[in-house]
Amino acid sequence: MGNLLQIKNGEVVERQRIPQVDFARFFRIMTDFVANNGYIVQFFAYAEEGRTKLMAVVRNSNLFIISTVVDSEFPSLTLTIGTKFHLFEREIAEQYGIRPAGHPWLKMVRYHANVTGKPDVFGNNYRVDIPGKYNYFQVQGESIHEVAVGPVHAGIIEPGHFRFLCSGEEVLHLEIQLGYQHRGIERMLTEVPQQRLPILCEAIAGDTAIGHNLCCCQAIEALACITIDRGASTVRTIALELERIANHLGDLGALSGDVAFHPPAAYFGRMRGEFLNLLLVLCGNRFGKSLIRPGGVSQVMTGEQRDIIKNKIKELRPEIEHVCNLLFSAHTVLARFEYTGTVGRKMADELGMVGYCGRASGLEYDVREFFPTECYADLPANTNKVTNGDVYSRAMVRQEEIMHALTLIEMLLAKEEEPHRRVSLAAHQLAPDSFVVTLNEGWRGEVSHCLLTDSEGKIARYKVKDPSFHNWTGLAMALRNQEISDFPLCNKSFNLSYCGFDL
Amino acid sequence: MFKVISNRLEQGYRTTTYPKEPIQLYSGFRGLPEINSQCDPVIVRQCADLCPQEAILAAEKKIDLGRCTFCGECAQVADGAFVRFSQNFEMGTAHREDLITSGSLPDLAAHAKIHFKKLFGRSLQLRQVSAGGCNACEADTNVLNTPFFDLSRFGIDFVASPRHADGLHVTGPITVNMKAALLATYEAIPAPKLVIASGCCPISGGPFHGSGEIVGDLNSLIPVDLYIPGCPPHPLTTLHALLAFFK
Repeated sequence: MGNLLQIKNGEVVERQRIPQVDFARFFRIMTDFVANNGYIVQFFAYAEEGRTKLMAVVRNSNLFIISTVVDSEFPSLTLTIGTKFHLFEREIAEQYGIRPAGHPWLKMVRYHANVTGKPDVFGNNYRVDIPGKYNYFQVQGESIHEVAVGPVHAGIIEPGHFRFLCSGEEVLHLEIQLGYQHRGIERMLTEVPQQRLPILCEAIAGDTAIGHNLCCCQAIEALACITIDRGASTVRTIALELERIANHLGDLGALSGDVAFHPPAAYFGRMRGEFLNLLLVLCGNRFGKSLIRPGGVSQVMTGEQRDIIKNKIKELRPEIEHVCNLLFSAHTVLARFEYTGTVGRKMADELGMVGYCGRASGLEYDVREFFPTECYADLPANTNKVTNGDVYSRAMVRQEEIMHALTLIEMLLAKEEEPHRRVSLAAHQLAPDSFVVTLNEGWRGEVSHCLLTDSEGKIARYKVKDPSFHNWTGLAMALRNQEISDFPLCNKSFNLSYCGFDL
Repeated sequence: MFKVISNRLEQGYRTTTYPKEPIQLYSGFRGLPEINSQCDPVIVRQCADLCPQEAILAAEKKIDLGRCTFCGECAQVADGAFVRFSQNFEMGTAHREDLITSGSLPDLAAHAKIHFKKLFGRSLQLRQVSAGGCNACEADTNVLNTPFFDLSRFGIDFVASPRHADGLHVTGPITVNMKAALLATYEAIPAPKLVIASGCCPISGGPFHGSGEIVGDLNSLIPVDLYIPGCPPHPLTTLHALLAFFK
């Protein structure tokens, strides 16, 4: 792989060491890489010395980076190489006003003006308050009808627009338009005082507060050459696993609710709360906000807290097993879960799906195993057994990961208490002209943050990627030829983040 | 059927006795701050400089709970010489200015508008709109429907259509992209109607204050009747505010 620079997760690279090739060569390297079981972690535009560059962070069993210079247009990689690039290219077009020429489905991602002041690629006038202004894909025919849902949905959920093209009850195509939650986070991360970064990153997606903030703090620690206490690493790992358990439990409950099997819905809902309360025990906030700070953790984990967590897990493990058994042995549930919303391995691979959605389709990628941070190198990995890519598989993966995560926390708490300090919010001097990328397996999958600093050590570009960015298209594909009434079930089995996507 | 029954027995009855009996949260929970008005101004200034939310008014020795994310940084300065956080989760207020506090809040029940109690005291139907938050507020509002809190037993429900609603429960800093949909939802609710701002986002922009992509102050768009601070508000904070204000 000539020209690709191999890097480690969280390794600082001087910007001048980032390989830069002409676009034709970049195109060839990407073609080869993706053809040989390669995936995209990040692909984004940034400004350097008055020019616009594209940076690709890619992975197979290792991580690599490469960059190239572009003008106002470049030949679309999606068109020739594959679907893995499609959303990244649309994002580049929206953020920097650069057109990926020949992109088969060039539409806006989040509906906002680009940062360069170049004419908008999509011809939108952002002074007019009409998000979602776009001619949706259409199917013509006598029996074809459209169902439009959102941005305001029927429950307490985030906003997004779903356009179903149906023939009778059957969905031919689902188009998802997001962007309603766009808060301009990436831009803010380069402009606000450094103390605000953890607070902002905890609010990228509240259900992934630990996952996102961990990426941010690890990046700052790398750039500021800070090493953290072993004990702080343990607390961080426990918190990430508690977040995973709480969310998976909540989703299993929601899935039971969606097939009108209410007892497990109520029990899972309650048990999810127990795990949120354990995060509160760790740091005072049910979502783990305020726990992770650059340099370690904001609170020292005491013996009392360790005991509370240990005892709670001991109490809840059998309850979780019993309720899971109740759910997965009910034939009425299985009739709805099995063979519903299937995304096969080939499709999942083409889309580059990550996290439990990818694993349910047979893609084995797990950041905890491939690029471990914190304590994960010392912990066993989980291999899920059901990989048919349907709702049932995506539900079973949750059950397996809950059980696995409980074991991980017990293993971490069985270790001797490790002394660690508490750290407070502070601004750190960051290495100038540097680059770092951090990856963590948040509960939804691969969370990744990329930072580029300028000659003074200020953050010049901050790129955030939530795992949902890879998986939303998977949901659209899962709905193909499904009954429209199965949408809530399919949606819940993916449970993707709107705010994490919209940034 | 046997499994349903055995699980039901194992799960037992879980609903809280709050508000009939008080409930004690874990000592690490950060609720209503206790402020030392005698504190050395140097320490107060230190706290204010450290606060990522610019929520501490050093000159007045007050905290703006409408901006605060309850991260607890200020309570670590000089071992809590200026601020400590109590476990009191009852923090809803009827006026924005009441959230700028030196440690005590007016009694919400006494401030509640009498005609709201008369109109909605027995049945309150709310339409929730998520206007650009991080989904933590939404998640901890949803939790009110789980068996522990069981919001419906008070006659309070979240409904699907604004036409069926008595009021609007708003979370998030109101992104520019959600403004139109939020206002359309408000318009669709029949009068008399009420508006609740939940979490620091719709009150002040929260963690996103200063962003050009948000409105950041719900009250500048539609009149807010009830403020619930937090990032996100604890479900009990929301429960208390709803019960004190409407029941």
